[in-house]
Amino acid sequence: MPEPLIADERVQAATEPALAVSQLWKVFGPRADRIVGTPLAELPRAELLAQTACVAAVRDISFTVAPTEVFVVMGLSGSGKSTLVRCLTRLVEPTSGSVLIEGEDIRGADPRRLRDLRRHRFAMVFQHFGLLPHRRVLDNVAYGLEIRGVAKTERYRRAGEVLDLVGLSGYADHFPDQLSGGMQQRVGLGRALAVDPQILFFDEPFSALDPLIRRDMQNEVLRLHHEVGKTMIFITHDLHEALRLGDRILIMRDGAAVQIGRPDEVVGAPADDYVRDFVADVPKSHVLTIRWVMRPVRDDDPLDGPELGADVVVRDAVRAVLSSAAPVKVVHDGVLVGMVDDEAILRVIVAEEP
Amino acid sequence: MSRVGIGRFVAVLAVGALALTACGSKIENSGSTSPSKAACGTVNIAVNPWVGYQADAAVIAYIATKELGCTVTKKNLTEEVSWQGFGTGAVDVVLENWGHPDLKKTYIDEQKVAVEYGLTGNKGIIGWYVPPWLAQEHPDITDWNNLNKYADKFKTSESGGKGQLLLGDPSFVTNDEALVKNLKLDFKVVYAGSEAALIQAFRTAEQQKQWMIGYFYEPQWFLSEVKLVHVNLPAYTEGCDADPAKVACDYAPYDLDKIVSKKFADSGSPAAALIKNFQWTNEHQNAVALDIAVNKLSDDDAAKKWVEANPDVWQAWIKN
Amino acid sequence: MTTLSAGAVRRRAARLPRGALVGAVVAVWVLLWIPLRGRDTLELSTSELTPLHERVNDLRDAINSSRGSSPVFTAFFDVIRQAVDALTVFLQSLISQPAYGRPVPLIGWLGVVAVATLCAYAVGNLRVAVLTAAGFTSFGLLGYWQQSMDTLALTLAAVLICLLIGIPLGIWAGLSDRLHRVLTPVLDFMQTMPTFVYLAPLTLFFLIGPASGVIATLIYAMPPVIRITAHGIRTVALSSVEAGTSLGATKWQLLRTVRVPLAKRTIVLGVNQTVMCALSMVTIAALIDAPGLGQVVLRALQTLDVGTAFSAGLAIVIMAIVLDRVTTAARDRVETQYRLGPKARGRRRVTLAGLGVGAAVSLYLSYTYVWAAFFPGPDSGGVVGGQVASGVTQASDWVQVHLGAVTDAIRNAISYGLLNPLQSLIAESPWYLVSTVVLALAWIVAGARIVPTVAVCLGLLVATGLWQEAMVTLAATLVATVIVMALGVVVGVWMGRSDRADGLIRPTLDAAQVMPAFVYLVPFLGLFGASRFTAIVAAVVFAAPVAIKLVADGVRGVPATVVEAATASGSSSWQVITKVQLPLARQSLTLAANQGLIYVLSMVVVGGLVGAGALGYLVVAGFSQSDLYGKGLAAGVAVVLLGVLLDRTTQAAARRFGADVGNRG
Repeated sequence: MPEPLIADERVQAATEPALAVSQLWKVFGPRADRIVGTPLAELPRAELLAQTACVAAVRDISFTVAPTEVFVVMGLSGSGKSTLVRCLTRLVEPTSGSVLIEGEDIRGADPRRLRDLRRHRFAMVFQHFGLLPHRRVLDNVAYGLEIRGVAKTERYRRAGEVLDLVGLSGYADHFPDQLSGGMQQRVGLGRALAVDPQILFFDEPFSALDPLIRRDMQNEVLRLHHEVGKTMIFITHDLHEALRLGDRILIMRDGAAVQIGRPDEVVGAPADDYVRDFVADVPKSHVLTIRWVMRPVRDDDPLDGPELGADVVVRDAVRAVLSSAAPVKVVHDGVLVGMVDDEAILRVIVAEEP
Repeated sequence: MSRVGIGRFVAVLAVGALALTACGSKIENSGSTSPSKAACGTVNIAVNPWVGYQADAAVIAYIATKELGCTVTKKNLTEEVSWQGFGTGAVDVVLENWGHPDLKKTYIDEQKVAVEYGLTGNKGIIGWYVPPWLAQEHPDITDWNNLNKYADKFKTSESGGKGQLLLGDPSFVTNDEALVKNLKLDFKVVYAGSEAALIQAFRTAEQQKQWMIGYFYEPQWFLSEVKLVHVNLPAYTEGCDADPAKVACDYAPYDLDKIVSKKFADSGSPAAALIKNFQWTNEHQNAVALDIAVNKLSDDDAAKKWVEANPDVWQAWIKN
Repeated sequence: MTTLSAGAVRRRAARLPRGALVGAVVAVWVLLWIPLRGRDTLELSTSELTPLHERVNDLRDAINSSRGSSPVFTAFFDVIRQAVDALTVFLQSLISQPAYGRPVPLIGWLGVVAVATLCAYAVGNLRVAVLTAAGFTSFGLLGYWQQSMDTLALTLAAVLICLLIGIPLGIWAGLSDRLHRVLTPVLDFMQTMPTFVYLAPLTLFFLIGPASGVIATLIYAMPPVIRITAHGIRTVALSSVEAGTSLGATKWQLLRTVRVPLAKRTIVLGVNQTVMCALSMVTIAALIDAPGLGQVVLRALQTLDVGTAFSAGLAIVIMAIVLDRVTTAARDRVETQYRLGPKARGRRRVTLAGLGVGAAVSLYLSYTYVWAAFFPGPDSGGVVGGQVASGVTQASDWVQVHLGAVTDAIRNAISYGLLNPLQSLIAESPWYLVSTVVLALAWIVAGARIVPTVAVCLGLLVATGLWQEAMVTLAATLVATVIVMALGVVVGVWMGRSDRADGLIRPTLDAAQVMPAFVYLVPFLGLFGASRFTAIVAAVVFAAPVAIKLVADGVRGVPATVVEAATASGSSSWQVITKVQLPLARQSLTLAANQGLIYVLSMVVVGGLVGAGALGYLVVAGFSQSDLYGKGLAAGVAVVLLGVLLDRTTQAAARRFGADVGNRG
């Protein structure tokens, strides 16, 4: 497993967010634009539907994503996450709010500018792949470039490179239905990468795949992220996938944001019972950093034990803590912030036993 | 088949086909090699959908083509559409017209695109008929006064407890509903819907000795296969059919006539003269119609046969 | 009683089984019918006209007399006519009619056969190419080479125009909801309006000639390609469209690279349906002098020559089967053509080249030599046509002589047992009673939303002045549909369960669907006489194949695991059919009933030709008698209204049914 990425440092380093969303609403139904900003908007979903025949799929969502960050939006089906990601690229027109991509408000873009943004700035990978069955793999990958008007030889050269990158060398002349699901999604991934976007949107890209293949593909995303360093917005209903890939996670329920935070924050400090239920089965030792299990330094603590960073995951700290006679010192930015002893570590591990 | 195999197969085919060109006669352009009496031009004859008419058209077309050098175009049309053709110029001639005062009013009197062109000599008789076996076994049935006596026998699944009077071709304007009412007959009019249905009904009735009475007309080729017997309604007198709702008499005998377009009548074409002079008897028409319908001769062959047998009749049509 | 609120009543009513409600309504109807019978039935005798009918007649006369004088009128229609005529005459001079000073068309039979074979291979595969060669040769062998080519030329002209207009329009309707909404009723009207109604007026606008025949054909044949293309565009996978959009494709790029390619298979299905419709209509267009096989059939009908009608009909059936199989193969090739390996592609190219050379040589030969231009054989009847004709005539005569007693008994049983009571109930009840009953039944089986549509249809039916005629037609239509469904279930289940039965029966069904009705009218008349039952039999012959195929496909579509589970738990075949296969194929059954009704209704006019009377007879009479024109048109509109009423109700019922099944599952 690769090193978990240390997100907040990068967030701080960036001057301008790659994506900034504020107060975004999407309401489906008759006269949807008359809902936002009225008391109606405060109603629960079922009542809103009963009163106005409208469905608020996205309610007042705000967040920012830093360049090269992997930002995961997680929720169960019907939570509005797919609508959210479509609003970000205006595949679905938002009802209100703003979406800034590198400072540019895409809601204000005219159709021509929007097309231009889509052609150069961001690309999307879909749940059901959305491949064109009548085109070869190579032509599918080159499709975005073709739309853009890139000459044939150039786009085939670039598509060839991308095929190598996503591990499909040698499949250029195949047709999508001759490939397995995982490989088809590699084609989808390749198609998105071929246009060299700054931001990649993933709409539950692996939910249609077998668990083993899904794991492979997650690794593939992490590898690609290391290699090409794109900003990624990743939609999933799978908490493990979210925890595994996300620098930060937005949890949605009934169209609204329940919690935004790093994986360890979500697991360590669930915002409400809904999230707590969600994360109940997560192996905490894999997610929580020792910051979450440390106790304050007591005066009688022996200070001769080993030192660990506050962002080390519990599981990686087990050996060091258990093998040391003295409690382990937790250090952040060179400052001692707490102590971890055997008991704290064991409490986390034992709680995971069935 | 392998690639080479296909190639060779094609080659053999091509060579074989080319070899065939050595034999067989070439197509010669016909050009304008027709007889030099070209003054006639083209005649558009509407052919209405019954065989008697087809016989008229066959003979006229044959004579016009062979003797006058006309080009004849036959157009298979119903009556209503044929008359429209006078206005649009698509039709020059209707050879056998059964009455149609309404159409005459529209196209001859109002639009003035057509003119009457004399009688064909054929007499149209419309009325009620029974199959011959019935007339033989119950000779009194040919008098309408006795029809109610037999009404029960004419019952079918269609006639709702009354006797069935079968009507045929929807193109004929009929008085039968009024007749049944005014003669106080215990019958119901049932629409067979087409001439074919009517003929088939009479044919079956004769073959299987079924009770049947229906609307029919002569001249008609079917009468030479099955000699239907006319049922006498109260005799026709001038004006007895003036009010359609109060008719209580037999149909008027029709003198079938010819209608041509104004344009054609004024053209001075020799074919116009031919059509104007054309006149023959029911026997003549039936002979040709029988050859077409029963003996399955083509129109041209049937016409040829009649033309060869009756030179004195048709030669009178093309004098002067 | 007063304590029950309206809501509670409604809830209680909703709990009552729908079948019981229907039964109750019918029972009330019958009870009211007994005292009210024969009152307010809006009867109109055949020669009577309503003011509406007379106004239509006047309008027709006005158009008729202004045709020559109104320049806008003539300029517009004449331009269309000349264009259509030019195309048709060109096609005819290629394959069917003497042209350019030659005694024969440009391409003789050999060339046509070779080119047709080449085309079949190019769009399809070797199998259909062989079928095409054999089929085209059989036209000559039957003795109808020239007539077949005329029919083909007219069909091609109509289909070309249909596709030229229909595919773009269909794509547009696939993209625009508004256009789709506007177009749907227009297409319904075009498809259900009996041809006889517009056949005569067409010759007013477009004169007598090929143009009118082609235009009549394309009015009938265009709706399928528009509808199916729109459907294909609409059902393109959303994810592919989104993928294209998200990459910044313009609307046009999306259409060109995603929507049309992905809908291509469906669009070709639309083409197939349009070709079939065109072919069936070209036969009827013979009534306004459209050349071809239809003329042979109609002429044979005048002399009751079953054999000749059949052998010309056979040529039509063969042409239909060839065109159907070729377009179906073309549809499948849309799928496979991308998949061919380089080797297979190479082989295909060689075969194509070979056939191309063969076609070129044949073209030259058939242009130059008499033997390759005229189909060899006797002048009339062809090599086998005569035998076919006389064989069929003998068989038909034999059947009529020997089965007459049996068929009479069948006719009487159905007529007295089912048709007469039903007709008496529907046509002899007061119009307001029938209307109320129909509204109630529609509400019960199809829900409240259908009620306004049904009410409008009923109101317009009254306005046509042909209420009683419409009710007589409705009774016969219902009886025919019941027979169609009975056949559909029995034969459909059999075909759905046995591949062998399917293989044996399906070609017969195809033939029954494309054989022009005029061909079998005469033998049916011989068997059943001129009666409503004959009309019903003709309608059943035409409509049953559709219902049977739909039921068979539905039964076939039942998941094998469910059938296995039922068999494993010890169900008998009968139990598997009644408890598993039919219930699960319910949606196919309702669709079959819907299609069965519509197909039966489209035979109303043909029924009028063999004794069904009522609306069918009026439409035919309106075509033939100048005075009855307006009444015939009204009768045609009444047929359309019945069609809309029955179609919308059954569709809504089917949707509701599907939703119910969905809820329960």
